[in-house]
Amino acid sequence: MAEPAYDVIVIGGGPGGYVAAIRAAQLGFRTACVEKRGSLGGTCLNVGCIPSKALLQSSEKYAEAQHALAQHGIKIAGVELDLQTLMARKDKVVGENTRGVEFLFKKNKVDYVKGAARFLAPGRIAVAPINGGETRELQGKSIIIATGSDVAPLPGVEIDEKTIVSSTGALALPAVPKRLVVIGGGYIGLEMGSVWRRLGSEVTVVEFLDRIIPGMDGELSKNLQRVLTKQGFAFRLGTKVAAAKRGKDGVTLALEPAQGGARDEIACDVALVAIGRRPYTEGLGLETVGVAVDNKGRITVDGGFATNVKGIYAIGDVIAGPMLAHKASEEGVALVETLAGQKSHVNYDAVPGVIYTWPEVASVGRTEEDLKSAGIAYKVGKFPFSANARARANADTEGFVKILADRRSDRVLGVHIIGPDAGTMIAEAALALEYGASAEDIARTCHAHPTLNEAVKEAALAVEGHPLHV
Amino acid sequence: MATDIKVPALGESVNEATVARWLKKVGDSVAMDDPLVELETDKVTLEVNAPAAGTLAEIAVPEGANVAVGAVLGRIGEGAAKAAAPAKPQPAAAVAQAEVKAPAAAAPAPAGNVAVLERSGPAVRRLVEENRLDAAAIAATGKDGRLTKGDVLAHLERAAPAAAGAKPAPAPAAAPAAPRVPRELGPREERVRMTRLRRRIAERLKEAQNNAAMLTTFNEADMSEVMALRERHRDSFEKKYGVRLGFMSIFVKACIVALREIPAVNAEIAGDDIIYKNHYDIGVAVGTEQGLVVPVVRDADQLNFADIEKTIADFGRRARDGKLSLDELSGGTFTISNGGIYGSLMSTPILNPPQSGILGMHKIQKRPIAVGDRIEIRPMMYLALSYDHRVVDGREAVTFLVRVKECVENPERMLFEV
Repeated sequence: MAEPAYDVIVIGGGPGGYVAAIRAAQLGFRTACVEKRGSLGGTCLNVGCIPSKALLQSSEKYAEAQHALAQHGIKIAGVELDLQTLMARKDKVVGENTRGVEFLFKKNKVDYVKGAARFLAPGRIAVAPINGGETRELQGKSIIIATGSDVAPLPGVEIDEKTIVSSTGALALPAVPKRLVVIGGGYIGLEMGSVWRRLGSEVTVVEFLDRIIPGMDGELSKNLQRVLTKQGFAFRLGTKVAAAKRGKDGVTLALEPAQGGARDEIACDVALVAIGRRPYTEGLGLETVGVAVDNKGRITVDGGFATNVKGIYAIGDVIAGPMLAHKASEEGVALVETLAGQKSHVNYDAVPGVIYTWPEVASVGRTEEDLKSAGIAYKVGKFPFSANARARANADTEGFVKILADRRSDRVLGVHIIGPDAGTMIAEAALALEYGASAEDIARTCHAHPTLNEAVKEAALAVEGHPLHV
Repeated sequence: MATDIKVPALGESVNEATVARWLKKVGDSVAMDDPLVELETDKVTLEVNAPAAGTLAEIAVPEGANVAVGAVLGRIGEGAAKAAAPAKPQPAAAVAQAEVKAPAAAAPAPAGNVAVLERSGPAVRRLVEENRLDAAAIAATGKDGRLTKGDVLAHLERAAPAAAGAKPAPAPAAAPAAPRVPRELGPREERVRMTRLRRRIAERLKEAQNNAAMLTTFNEADMSEVMALRERHRDSFEKKYGVRLGFMSIFVKACIVALREIPAVNAEIAGDDIIYKNHYDIGVAVGTEQGLVVPVVRDADQLNFADIEKTIADFGRRARDGKLSLDELSGGTFTISNGGIYGSLMSTPILNPPQSGILGMHKIQKRPIAVGDRIEIRPMMYLALSYDHRVVDGREAVTFLVRVKECVENPERMLFEV
């Protein structure tokens, strides 16, 4: 029996895929979304952004209860941790979110196909249902590959999700590990490290490069490291993990300086491999249709997200660019709107990045290192939260806002924040970048008092050399 | 039926003005000829009056914007006031591509100006207002045709060299002399925007300096004869003509004698030619609060002393009230400037382009002077003639000033034409 043809088939139901599917349906396309996980939302909702944020929030409350309430005159005796309840809440949040996406699919009339997709030919895929049963064939005028990414493996350190875990396992540990080694100083490792540090683990971060969160502004790296150290993190930078040995007491990791040299060892109860992620295209049958892939496994696309095969497109973690959920969503929307005949683009210069440690770290636009190497003359305005009234009232004054502006035109080129609610605050900066605003524009926009956002306004005033409150 | 309020003729070679101040608000009722808006040009401020009675229905050009002759400033409607229709948002990108070179660019600007500014952020609005720019004439690179701060700064930088290189031809009325990107202000400094008039004066001073080979020659005049003459005839003069017999009429007459004898001082360089003028329009510099203005006594050689004094007195009054017309301020052939009223003993006046000579009068001060072989105390005035050496040679300049001195020291020479 011939299946009805779809206008758009999206392979993958993560933040790239499900958003593309919903938008396509809104624009009147007959849309299907094929997902083999058994739930929608992809890595982000199931084993990424959402569960980690739930754990970060819960663990932060625990840490606050232990250390930060006395100054408010709140006396608590015997704060206890019930890890099971903590994890159960996380699971509940994940479930609510993934079911929410299912509801959105129903509402927008997107056909949710629970199965694993494989290309048969351009415009035709085979779907093997996850519950068993006959393989279906679906036809789609446009097929969007949004299969996302997977954990990058570390040779010599095999993940079993018990004592050597990926972020997926780290989100569901049955007990608080006494000693946790985080391999990789990027945001995933630091966020997971924060969760378990707050819950009581001894955390050591081992990073190959000489700085944590590479790719972000250098001042942010330095300050985040300082703050996390104050929170009890230990750092081994410029160090690689050469081998891992599983024992009855946990794991022993062989450490070596990045350039080579004498090894030493570190023992832990759990080791978290968080060195990055790689594009996921297994089982898709890309070779069958001849879709080109680069040497990093990313599907190559042009400016309109089209692959080299007519009618086949790709977005999100599976193509090049920052591996961020909101980047994937923007691409999904831009692609679908372009298919509908609109002019839609993604402004990659205004994609913010956030790290959900506390204090949070957030960034949009160019870093100082970037501007220096491009030879662009810029001016800097910085404002510390210690001088912000709201931060003081909240007893949360760690961090600063830094604005980089073009020396001649005053155009905002980059904004970098470490501090309370940085992730929320960065939205103003992203808007400013979208409109080509100058630092003066931000300085002349009224910001409510007392808010943390005033730090952004003051940093903009500082670009002009005359902050009011510092 | 709405009546357009248009920018009137502004005077010879002046094509552009700035809207300085709206005197009425939208919705105000106006009578015929009521002053509605003040326009400022390089030389004067002038008022535009209501062409009809009614209500001010629309202000199309905001304060600070530039307009060309004939541009529509606003509209007067009949009867009950309408709410001012906001300017139709033209595709600002299309309008904004025009550079500011031709004053004609200002004409289609008014409606687009307001719309672009509203969408372009506070920094842009501040810069446009402070520099009296026409927003629609600035190339916009922002989102959806908005202006960015960088666009306005780049525009200011481009306009500054264009204004500085003004030609010596009749006063060019193109882009206002825009300042460069402002330097950072120190803590004990205050930034005050130059008025249009001051900017124009500054431009013309530089023009004079840059073009003419300007030198100054000095002499002195014994004023005792002139002063005695004035004393003798003061009352009857005033009684007959209703105006005081001052020094200016005598100096104007003396200069005309000298100009007739040394025509080069009354001439003008134009490219490779010298234009000799056979009429004598003497500019008399008047200081006002806003700056120096030089109204011109036309055909001064055909006026008698009384008429010269009356004309100058009237100019002085109206100059201080800012009510000189543009025609009165242009086209002089020679200028006289009196720094003596402020106390100046000696100075080097600067030429008033495109003229080739200017006489500086100074303070009359009693000094010991050799008369024959004796020392006497005489009321003396230093005289200065600054001249364009490209047109006037040294001998001519000295002779000119000697002639002026002779006529002032012995005014009867003018009577007998010797």
